[in-house]
Amino acid sequence: MDVTIDQDSCIAAGQCVLAAPDVFDQREEDGVAVLRQNPSADQHGATREAAVLCPAGAIELDE
Amino acid sequence: MTEFPVVRRSECPFDPAGGYTALRQAPGPTRVSTPAGVDAWVFSRYDDVRKVLTDPRLSSRSAPSAHVVPGADLEREIEDGSILQSDGERHSDVRRLVTSEFTVRRIQALRPRIQQLIEEHIDAMLATEGPVDLLTAFALPIPSLVICELLGVPYADRAEFQARSAALVAIDRPEDEVARANDELQQYMASLAMAKIEKREDDLLSRLITRAEEQGAPLTVPALVSIGLTLLIAGHETTANMITLSTLVLLRNPDQLEALRENPELAPSAVEEMLRYLTIVQFGLFRHVMDDLPIGDLTIKAGEYLVAAISSGNRDETAFADPDEVDLSRNASAHLAFGFGAHQCLGQQLARVELQEVYTRLYARIPTLRLAVPFEEIRFKDNTLVYGVTALPVTWDR
Repeated sequence: MDVTIDQDSCIAAGQCVLAAPDVFDQREEDGVAVLRQNPSADQHGATREAAVLCPAGAIELDE
Repeated sequence: MTEFPVVRRSECPFDPAGGYTALRQAPGPTRVSTPAGVDAWVFSRYDDVRKVLTDPRLSSRSAPSAHVVPGADLEREIEDGSILQSDGERHSDVRRLVTSEFTVRRIQALRPRIQQLIEEHIDAMLATEGPVDLLTAFALPIPSLVICELLGVPYADRAEFQARSAALVAIDRPEDEVARANDELQQYMASLAMAKIEKREDDLLSRLITRAEEQGAPLTVPALVSIGLTLLIAGHETTANMITLSTLVLLRNPDQLEALRENPELAPSAVEEMLRYLTIVQFGLFRHVMDDLPIGDLTIKAGEYLVAAISSGNRDETAFADPDEVDLSRNASAHLAFGFGAHQCLGQQLARVELQEVYTRLYARIPTLRLAVPFEEIRFKDNTLVYGVTALPVTWDR
């Protein structure tokens, strides 16, 4: 699974960090989402949930 | 012409206004007349609400809910620094000045202080004979102290802005009272902002001033006033009402309350479920349509209005099984109570942590907590943008 974050449209809601804390983080300076690492197989479910929860539709998954 | 649903059925004050069930059955959005005097298209289904709130052709210039305010001026100038009402880049520029303050990590760091405040306020309640009003003794002071400390607002001034903030979120106060409350709040925040410009301290307002300067675009005093008041009012009127209302819901659902007391790990999912079930931003989110919006066979034209009915979307059976039931163990995190799209609640992580800590401690420390008056005597805030109760008298076994 490849994860792409559109950082321009990210609104720093933090939903992705709550859903998949091992996969997503927020930048210190403005809260914009960054990728910690591409998800391992056991994190795919949480990563999909993060993409659904993102209010800005900024997370794209390539499976 | 159907009227916009504002009246709740008295038999269940926790359910959204009657009429949404029928609206969700309609093939598409329904055109309604609103108290503001304009017609608007209501989107009431979960999927439609989510979709419409992410559409760039909509403007938030009368957000959150001017459609329920009689005589609302829908063409008001958008003030400098407005987080709620600005659009596009103007909105993202101002929002990004404060997003670093509300990240998951920064809010987690406030958790110990929030826990301490909760314990202190429970101690103070238990030291009295009871009954107490949970709203004034607990639900309001905790979020109020947290937001005042975070922003750098002297807590001693709270009585002043709490009364005025209440006038601003009411939808049935005389126009001159609202205008006066607004002027006084503006003046208060302007003098505070000027004091912070002169003397920076360790607080959000000071950091905001410095951050904007460092980015080469210093904020004007009116912009600081707008940002500061938005955070101050939003931090007061929402969490406090969630604490009282959800406590009342739990007291009416003793099995759910027992489950939470037995198992504090339920708190995070309980918070999401209560947000979904109650959706206290009760009249939905009002938007101006800026460009023609094709919806199925229908085109909503530029210049028209729409309402994204988040309370209805959160009770949509296609999104949540048995949506009218409270189930603290369900996964409700995809609820719409914080809105959706670019304007989704900036303070949502703070609200979550405050509510999680309340749910973890309040019912465990006061296991015999109960209403001190009959349920029928509780008064609900039907005429405010944010739903809640006017008071919640509670007592316990000593």
